[in-house]
Amino acid sequence: MIRITRKVEFSAAHFYHNPNLSVEENRRVFGKCNNPLGHGHNYVLEVTISGEPDPTTGMVLDLKELKDILQREIMERLDHRHLNYEVPELAGKIPTCENIAAAIWQLLEPRITSGKLDRVRLYESPDLFADCTADTEVTGRRA
Amino acid sequence: MKISLTRRYNFAASHRLHSPRLSEEENHRMYGKCNNPYGHGHNYIVEVTMTGPVDEATGMITSLGDLDPFVHREVIEQFDHKYLNEEVPAFQTMVPTTENVCREIYKRLKKYPSAQLKGVRIEETLKNSFEYGE
Repeated sequence: MIRITRKVEFSAAHFYHNPNLSVEENRRVFGKCNNPLGHGHNYVLEVTISGEPDPTTGMVLDLKELKDILQREIMERLDHRHLNYEVPELAGKIPTCENIAAAIWQLLEPRITSGKLDRVRLYESPDLFADCTADTEVTGRRA
Repeated sequence: MKISLTRRYNFAASHRLHSPRLSEEENHRMYGKCNNPYGHGHNYIVEVTMTGPVDEATGMITSLGDLDPFVHREVIEQFDHKYLNEEVPAFQTMVPTTENVCREIYKRLKKYPSAQLKGVRIEETLKNSFEYGE
Protein backbone atom coordinates (compact mmCIF):
# COMPACT_ATOMS: atom_id res chain seq x y z
CA MET A 1 0.00 0.00 0.00
CA ILE A 2 1.22 3.49 -0.86
CA ARG A 3 0.32 6.77 0.83
CA ILE A 4 0.43 10.08 -0.97
CA THR A 5 0.10 13.43 0.77
CA ARG A 6 -0.77 16.84 -0.57
CA LYS A 7 -0.40 20.01 1.48
CA VAL A 8 -2.42 23.24 1.16
CA GLU A 9 -2.54 26.35 3.28
CA PHE A 10 -5.49 28.57 4.09
CA SER A 11 -5.98 31.60 6.30
CA ALA A 12 -9.14 32.07 8.33
CA ALA A 13 -10.60 33.85 11.33
CA HIS A 14 -12.42 32.32 14.28
CA PHE A 15 -13.17 32.58 17.98
CA TYR A 16 -14.43 30.13 20.58
CA HIS A 17 -17.76 30.73 22.26
CA ASN A 18 -20.38 28.35 23.59
CA PRO A 19 -23.79 30.04 23.83
CA ASN A 20 -24.81 27.56 26.53
CA LEU A 21 -22.14 28.89 28.89
CA SER A 22 -22.14 32.22 30.74
CA VAL A 23 -19.86 35.08 29.75
CA GLU A 24 -17.57 34.27 32.67
CA GLU A 25 -17.49 30.54 31.91
CA ASN A 26 -16.67 31.23 28.25
CA ARG A 27 -13.81 33.45 29.30
CA ARG A 28 -12.52 30.90 31.78
CA VAL A 29 -12.74 27.91 29.42
CA PHE A 30 -11.55 29.55 26.21
CA GLY A 31 -9.28 32.36 27.49
CA LYS A 32 -8.10 34.76 24.81
CA CYS A 33 -9.66 32.56 22.10
CA ASN A 34 -13.01 33.85 23.40
CA ASN A 35 -12.42 37.41 22.09
CA PRO A 36 -15.70 38.03 20.20
CA LEU A 37 -13.90 40.11 17.57
CA GLY A 38 -12.04 36.96 16.55
CA HIS A 39 -8.46 36.21 15.61
CA GLY A 40 -6.89 34.20 12.82
CA HIS A 41 -4.42 31.53 11.78
CA ASN A 42 -2.53 30.31 8.77
CA TYR A 43 -3.80 26.75 8.74
CA VAL A 44 -1.73 24.08 7.03
CA LEU A 45 -3.67 21.06 5.84
CA GLU A 46 -2.05 17.75 4.91
CA VAL A 47 -4.32 15.26 3.17
CA THR A 48 -3.11 11.67 2.82
CA ILE A 49 -4.62 9.14 0.39
CA SER A 50 -3.75 5.45 0.57
CA GLY A 51 -4.10 2.73 -2.02
CA GLU A 52 -2.38 0.68 -4.70
CA PRO A 53 -0.98 2.47 -7.75
CA ASP A 54 -3.06 1.94 -10.87
CA PRO A 55 -1.07 -0.39 -13.18
CA THR A 56 -1.70 1.87 -16.18
CA THR A 57 -0.91 5.29 -14.68
CA GLY A 58 1.36 4.30 -11.78
CA MET A 59 -0.69 6.59 -9.54
CA VAL A 60 -2.84 6.00 -6.44
CA LEU A 61 -4.75 9.16 -7.32
CA ASP A 62 -3.75 11.79 -9.83
CA LEU A 63 -2.32 14.61 -7.68
CA LYS A 64 -3.86 17.12 -10.04
CA GLU A 65 -7.27 15.65 -9.30
CA LEU A 66 -6.54 15.85 -5.55
CA LYS A 67 -5.39 19.45 -6.01
CA ASP A 68 -8.68 20.29 -7.75
CA ILE A 69 -10.73 18.56 -5.03
CA LEU A 70 -8.86 20.48 -2.30
CA GLN A 71 -9.32 23.76 -4.15
CA ARG A 72 -13.05 23.21 -4.67
CA GLU A 73 -14.02 21.58 -1.38
CA ILE A 74 -11.64 23.22 1.09
CA MET A 75 -9.96 26.36 -0.20
CA GLU A 76 -13.09 27.92 -1.66
CA ARG A 77 -15.02 27.15 1.54
CA LEU A 78 -12.42 28.09 4.16
CA ASP A 79 -9.72 30.37 2.75
CA HIS A 80 -10.04 33.98 3.93
CA ARG A 81 -13.32 33.20 5.68
CA HIS A 82 -14.63 33.64 9.19
CA LEU A 83 -15.16 30.06 10.38
CA ASN A 84 -17.87 31.01 12.90
CA TYR A 85 -20.07 32.75 10.35
CA GLU A 86 -19.34 31.65 6.81
CA VAL A 87 -18.92 27.87 6.80
CA PRO A 88 -22.19 25.88 6.92
CA GLU A 89 -20.30 22.65 7.74
CA LEU A 90 -19.19 24.23 11.03
CA ALA A 91 -22.53 25.79 11.92
CA GLY A 92 -23.38 25.12 15.56
CA LYS A 93 -19.89 23.79 16.26
CA ILE A 94 -17.00 25.48 17.98
CA PRO A 95 -14.35 25.87 15.25
CA THR A 96 -11.51 24.16 17.13
CA CYS A 97 -8.73 22.38 15.31
CA GLU A 98 -10.44 19.06 16.14
CA ASN A 99 -13.82 20.12 14.74
CA ILE A 100 -12.37 21.75 11.60
CA ALA A 101 -10.31 18.63 10.86
CA ALA A 102 -13.44 16.47 11.31
CA ALA A 103 -15.46 18.72 8.98
CA ILE A 104 -12.68 18.54 6.38
CA TRP A 105 -12.66 14.74 6.67
CA GLN A 106 -16.41 14.62 6.07
CA LEU A 107 -16.15 16.95 3.06
CA LEU A 108 -13.32 15.00 1.45
CA GLU A 109 -14.15 11.38 2.17
CA PRO A 110 -17.04 11.00 -0.32
CA ARG A 111 -15.04 12.81 -3.03
CA ILE A 112 -12.04 10.51 -3.03
CA THR A 113 -13.00 7.98 -5.68
CA SER A 114 -9.58 6.48 -6.30
CA GLY A 115 -7.69 5.25 -3.24
CA LYS A 116 -8.98 5.94 0.28
CA LEU A 117 -8.79 8.96 2.53
CA ASP A 118 -6.17 7.86 5.06
CA ARG A 119 -5.46 10.91 7.20
CA VAL A 120 -6.36 14.58 7.52
CA ARG A 121 -3.79 16.55 9.50
CA LEU A 122 -4.63 20.16 10.24
CA TYR A 123 -2.01 22.47 11.74
CA GLU A 124 -3.40 25.54 13.46
CA SER A 125 0.18 26.61 14.19
CA PRO A 126 3.53 24.81 13.90
CA ASP A 127 3.06 23.67 17.53
CA LEU A 128 -0.51 22.36 17.36
CA PHE A 129 -2.30 19.97 15.04
CA ALA A 130 -5.26 17.60 14.92
CA ASP A 131 -5.28 14.29 13.05
CA CYS A 132 -8.34 12.51 11.68
CA THR A 133 -7.81 8.91 10.67
CA ALA A 134 -10.11 6.17 9.45
CA ASP A 135 -12.10 3.91 11.76
CA THR A 136 -14.61 4.18 14.61
CA GLU A 137 -17.49 6.61 14.64
CA VAL A 138 -17.54 10.33 13.99
CA THR A 139 -16.39 12.10 17.14
CA GLY A 140 -16.90 15.73 16.12
CA ARG A 141 -19.96 16.94 17.97
CA ARG A 142 -22.24 19.90 18.02
CA ALA A 143 -22.14 22.52 20.77
CA MET B 1 -13.04 8.51 11.92
CA LYS B 2 -10.99 9.05 15.04
CA ILE B 3 -9.35 12.27 16.12
CA SER B 4 -6.18 13.08 18.00
CA LEU B 5 -4.56 16.32 19.06
CA THR B 6 -0.81 16.88 19.03
CA ARG B 7 1.05 19.64 20.81
CA ARG B 8 4.75 20.40 20.35
CA TYR B 9 7.00 21.47 23.24
CA ASN B 10 10.73 21.91 23.51
CA PHE B 11 13.50 21.82 26.05
CA ALA B 12 17.27 22.11 25.94
CA ALA B 13 19.31 19.67 27.99
CA SER B 14 22.67 17.94 28.18
CA HIS B 15 23.40 14.26 28.54
CA ARG B 16 26.09 11.64 28.26
CA LEU B 17 25.56 8.13 26.92
CA HIS B 18 27.43 5.74 29.19
CA SER B 19 26.38 2.36 30.52
CA PRO B 20 27.83 1.10 33.80
CA ARG B 21 27.29 -2.42 32.43
CA LEU B 22 29.93 -1.87 29.76
CA SER B 23 33.69 -1.36 30.07
CA GLU B 24 35.30 1.98 29.20
CA GLU B 25 36.36 0.59 25.82
CA GLU B 26 32.94 -0.89 25.11
CA ASN B 27 31.23 2.39 26.08
CA HIS B 28 33.53 4.27 23.76
CA ARG B 29 32.89 1.82 20.92
CA MET B 30 29.11 1.75 21.48
CA TYR B 31 28.40 5.45 22.02
CA GLY B 32 31.30 7.15 20.23
CA LYS B 33 31.41 10.90 20.77
CA CYS B 34 28.17 10.71 22.81
CA ASN B 35 30.32 9.04 25.49
CA ASN B 36 32.37 12.22 26.09
CA PRO B 37 32.55 12.40 29.91
CA TYR B 38 31.81 16.13 29.92
CA GLY B 39 28.45 15.54 28.20
CA HIS B 40 26.86 17.40 25.30
CA GLY B 41 23.40 18.83 24.61
CA HIS B 42 20.43 19.07 22.28
CA ASN B 43 17.36 21.17 21.63
CA TYR B 44 14.76 18.46 22.09
CA ILE B 45 11.33 18.84 20.48
CA VAL B 46 8.59 16.79 22.13
CA GLU B 47 5.31 16.01 20.38
CA VAL B 48 2.56 14.90 22.75
CA THR B 49 -0.49 13.24 21.15
CA MET B 50 -3.79 12.95 23.02
CA THR B 51 -6.97 11.15 22.03
CA GLY B 52 -10.45 10.82 23.47
CA PRO B 53 -13.93 12.11 22.75
CA VAL B 54 -14.27 15.69 21.53
CA ASP B 55 -16.06 17.44 24.39
CA GLU B 56 -19.44 18.73 23.28
CA ALA B 57 -19.21 21.99 25.21
CA THR B 58 -15.71 23.00 24.17
CA GLY B 59 -15.14 21.27 20.81
CA MET B 60 -11.85 19.98 22.23
CA ILE B 61 -10.22 16.68 23.14
CA THR B 62 -8.49 18.58 25.89
CA SER B 63 -7.97 22.23 26.68
CA LEU B 64 -4.46 23.56 26.15
CA GLY B 65 -5.13 25.54 29.32
CA ASP B 66 -4.98 22.17 31.12
CA LEU B 67 -2.45 20.33 28.94
CA ASP B 68 0.27 23.01 28.74
CA PRO B 69 0.67 23.55 32.50
CA PHE B 70 0.62 19.78 33.08
CA VAL B 71 3.37 19.08 30.52
CA HIS B 72 5.39 22.02 31.80
CA ARG B 73 5.11 20.86 35.40
CA GLU B 74 5.74 17.15 34.76
CA VAL B 75 8.40 17.41 32.05
CA ILE B 76 9.63 20.76 30.79
CA GLU B 77 10.44 22.34 34.16
CA GLN B 78 12.31 19.20 35.22
CA PHE B 79 14.21 18.64 31.95
CA ASP B 80 14.90 22.11 30.56
CA HIS B 81 18.45 23.37 31.04
CA LYS B 82 19.37 20.31 33.08
CA TYR B 83 22.00 17.60 32.89
CA LEU B 84 19.69 14.62 32.39
CA ASN B 85 22.12 12.02 33.80
CA GLU B 86 22.30 13.67 37.21
CA GLU B 87 19.31 15.96 37.57
CA VAL B 88 16.47 13.68 36.44
CA PRO B 89 16.31 10.80 38.94
CA ALA B 90 15.24 8.16 36.38
CA PHE B 91 18.46 8.64 34.43
CA GLN B 92 20.70 8.00 37.38
CA THR B 93 20.07 4.31 36.68
CA MET B 94 19.08 4.38 32.99
CA VAL B 95 21.12 5.60 30.01
CA PRO B 96 19.46 8.83 28.76
CA THR B 97 19.22 7.80 25.14
CA THR B 98 16.31 9.47 23.43
CA GLU B 99 14.53 6.10 23.36
CA ASN B 100 14.63 6.12 27.16
CA VAL B 101 13.79 9.84 27.39
CA CYS B 102 10.72 9.11 25.23
CA ARG B 103 9.61 6.32 27.56
CA GLU B 104 10.21 8.40 30.67
CA ILE B 105 8.18 11.31 29.30
CA TYR B 106 5.40 8.90 28.26
CA LYS B 107 5.35 7.48 31.80
CA ARG B 108 5.07 10.95 33.30
CA LEU B 109 2.30 12.11 30.95
CA LYS B 110 0.29 8.88 31.13
CA LYS B 111 -1.37 10.12 34.34
CA TYR B 112 -2.86 13.17 32.58
CA PRO B 113 -6.45 13.18 33.85
CA SER B 114 -8.30 15.02 31.05
CA ALA B 115 -7.53 12.90 27.93
CA GLN B 116 -5.84 9.69 26.88
CA LEU B 117 -2.14 9.82 25.99
CA LYS B 118 -1.59 8.18 22.60
CA GLY B 119 2.09 8.71 22.09
CA VAL B 120 5.22 10.76 22.57
CA ARG B 121 7.56 11.62 19.69
CA ILE B 122 10.89 13.34 20.25
CA GLU B 123 13.14 15.03 17.71
CA GLU B 124 16.62 14.96 19.20
CA THR B 125 18.04 16.73 16.15
CA LEU B 126 16.65 17.55 12.72
CA LYS B 127 17.84 14.13 11.60
CA ASN B 128 16.82 11.85 14.49
CA SER B 129 13.37 11.22 15.91
CA PHE B 130 11.97 8.62 18.29
CA GLU B 131 8.40 7.59 19.08
CA TYR B 132 6.84 5.71 21.95
CA GLY B 133 3.22 4.66 22.38
CA GLU B 134 1.28 1.65 23.56
